Amino acid sequence: MASTGILIETENGAVKETSLGVMTAAAGQEIIALVVDADPAGLKDKLAEYGAAKIVKLTAADKDVSASPDLAAHALAAAVEKYGLTALLGTASSTGKDLFARLAAIMDQPMVSDCVALDIAAKTAKKSHFSGKTFATLKVDAQVFLATVRPNAIEAKASAGAGEIEAFSADVTDPGLLTIKEVKKGDAGKIDLTEAPVIITGGRAIKAAENYKMLEDCAAKMGAAVGASRAAVDAGYAPHSMQVGQTGKTVSPRLYIACGVSGAVQHFAGMKTSKVIVAINEDKDAPIFAKCDYGIVGDIFDVVPVLTEKL
Amino acid sequence: MKICVCVKHVPDTAATIKIDGETGFKDSEIKFVVNPYDEYGVEEAVSLKEKNGGEVVIVTVGKAEAAATIRSALAMGADRAILVTTDSQFLDASLTAKALKAAMEKDGLPDLIFTGKGSVDTESFQTQYRLAHSLGIPVVNEVSTLSVDGKKAVAELEVGGGDKQVIEMGLPCVIGATKGLNEPRYPKFPDIMKAKKKKIDEMTLSDLGIDASAPGVTLEKLEPVPERTGAKMIEGSVEEQVTELIRILKQDEKVL
Ligand SMILES: Cc1cc2nc3c(=O)[nH]c(=O)nc-3n(C[C@H](O)[C@H](O)[C@H](O)COP(=O)(O)OP(=O)(O)OC[C@H]3O[C@@H](n4cnc5c(N)ncnc54)[C@H](O)[C@@H]3O)c2cc1C
Ligand SMILES: Nc1ncnc2c1ncn2[C@@H]1O[C@H](COP(=O)(O)O)[C@@H](O)[C@H]1O
Repeated sequence: MASTGILIETENGAVKETSLGVMTAAAGQEIIALVVDADPAGLKDKLAEYGAAKIVKLTAADKDVSASPDLAAHALAAAVEKYGLTALLGTASSTGKDLFARLAAIMDQPMVSDCVALDIAAKTAKKSHFSGKTFATLKVDAQVFLATVRPNAIEAKASAGAGEIEAFSADVTDPGLLTIKEVKKGDAGKIDLTEAPVIITGGRAIKAAENYKMLEDCAAKMGAAVGASRAAVDAGYAPHSMQVGQTGKTVSPRLYIACGVSGAVQHFAGMKTSKVIVAINEDKDAPIFAKCDYGIVGDIFDVVPVLTEKL
Repeated sequence: MKICVCVKHVPDTAATIKIDGETGFKDSEIKFVVNPYDEYGVEEAVSLKEKNGGEVVIVTVGKAEAAATIRSALAMGADRAILVTTDSQFLDASLTAKALKAAMEKDGLPDLIFTGKGSVDTESFQTQYRLAHSLGIPVVNEVSTLSVDGKKAVAELEVGGGDKQVIEMGLPCVIGATKGLNEPRYPKFPDIMKAKKKKIDEMTLSDLGIDASAPGVTLEKLEPVPERTGAKMIEGSVEEQVTELIRILKQDEKVL
């Protein structure tokens, strides 16, 4: 059986939900979970439940590789060779996208970024082209199929694996091209927008930065992240890191609730592939109602607090 | 200081993409523009030149029509351009990177290279990495703050969850620009007129000795993302609307 490597992402020592979806994309292959930034023992049960035959703690000369993107990419390339991987998949998170692009360049192999569907045996991948307006099916002619998967695009399904833990210390060194000087911590505890399973977004209608508190309260009840439209960001109500859309983040949660957002194409470019889209808008003719799944005509300041209360 | 900016000729994001056959789209009917993220690169390069002197060269791999897009980048203040002509909008990223590298080597390698964080048509997010690797120089993507002095560059980028990394690297390097880096200028009429006279050096892939015959990635099918046909509106009092919404999300859609 062909072996597929999965780069596992973790948070507070636990496997991220999005990585489980990536494992599901490799169903039918022998799955080798590659862990760079956590203790594999703490991940074993979860990774075995979702099909990992092996769980490999990957280091470079026994050193942690997670702090240097180039070193991590070289270590991954060494793991591909060591385990004879025919495919290696990761999450299209900001670190995943960066690492896989570095890896693809080092290996001089094709790579497909941010896929919404994959067929590893046929070596095809489906992904967005033209800012979410079209889907492209790409055929990859490669010895090793490299791809990242859009967070939440593939629903995680359990499928038992042996989950044997081993360690691999790759014989690679950092090319020393760049140095991370500092990591500035953002708002701790906030769920990353691009990986959130549920998102509630406030548009221009939110009217003031402090009113995002209303959405945060609601988000807390759903395990959701809070997003913003560009109009809200430009008005100074929210930081750019919260912006969803063509010039902001691309998200694909299973539920997207847009509050006081009109539904511009540039906003949809960032959230169109969400599974279910709900809009709350006081204008019954708002364009967003023509492009979403469920609509409520109403004032967000009336509707959202009731939603928070009833959740 | 010589700065190269990689600029891709892409459909305007507001344009409606009409699919033509299995893998084509009607490109003659729509407006093309400078890839929006590359625009941040052009602005940064031009303002660095305004401060420190030097030259800004636009490098594009694209159809002959890309010349019009290049003119808009020149109107923003770049000095001249190189256009490597191909006949397809959908180029394999490793091929594009090879062409960009060969064109830059032919022209004389720059001290700094800008790209966008990704192109809005193929969204492949990798050309800059392949280019940097082939040149053996550092690359950092999604850069929203940058400072450059004689020998080094310090870039700041968002790494998810609102965290930011500050990365230092030597020159030359490749910087993938994104929103926040600057506000791209709107060229004024005299700049647009001046840009008409600036030089665009045209060459083909084969002039650069590049073989385009065996791409690693080929487009098999292009299809529209299914449009939603209109919302199911939930009626009633606020209480009733919210109760029904929660019921739908939990029981029918199973997303909560
Ligand atoms: C090159 C380019 C890139 C862009 N990139 C992005 C991007 O990345 N992301 C993005 O979002 N936009 C982007 N835009 C902007 C986009 O075109 C829209 O202008 C923007 O999305 C509008 O934001 P909005 O829906 O919040 O505001 P508006 O269009 O002003 O809509 C506000 C909505 O709120 C409703 N409303 C008002 N008060 C209430 C209330 N109390 N209760 C309920 N409803 C209420 C109104 O009926 C209206 O529908 C881009 C534009 C361009 C040209
Ligand atoms: N055909 C091209 N011509 C010039 N630059 C390009 C081309 N394709 C990609 N680039 C550059 O590489 C970046 C990343 O592109 P991509 O890998 O297609 O997402 C873009 O923002 C451009 O700066």
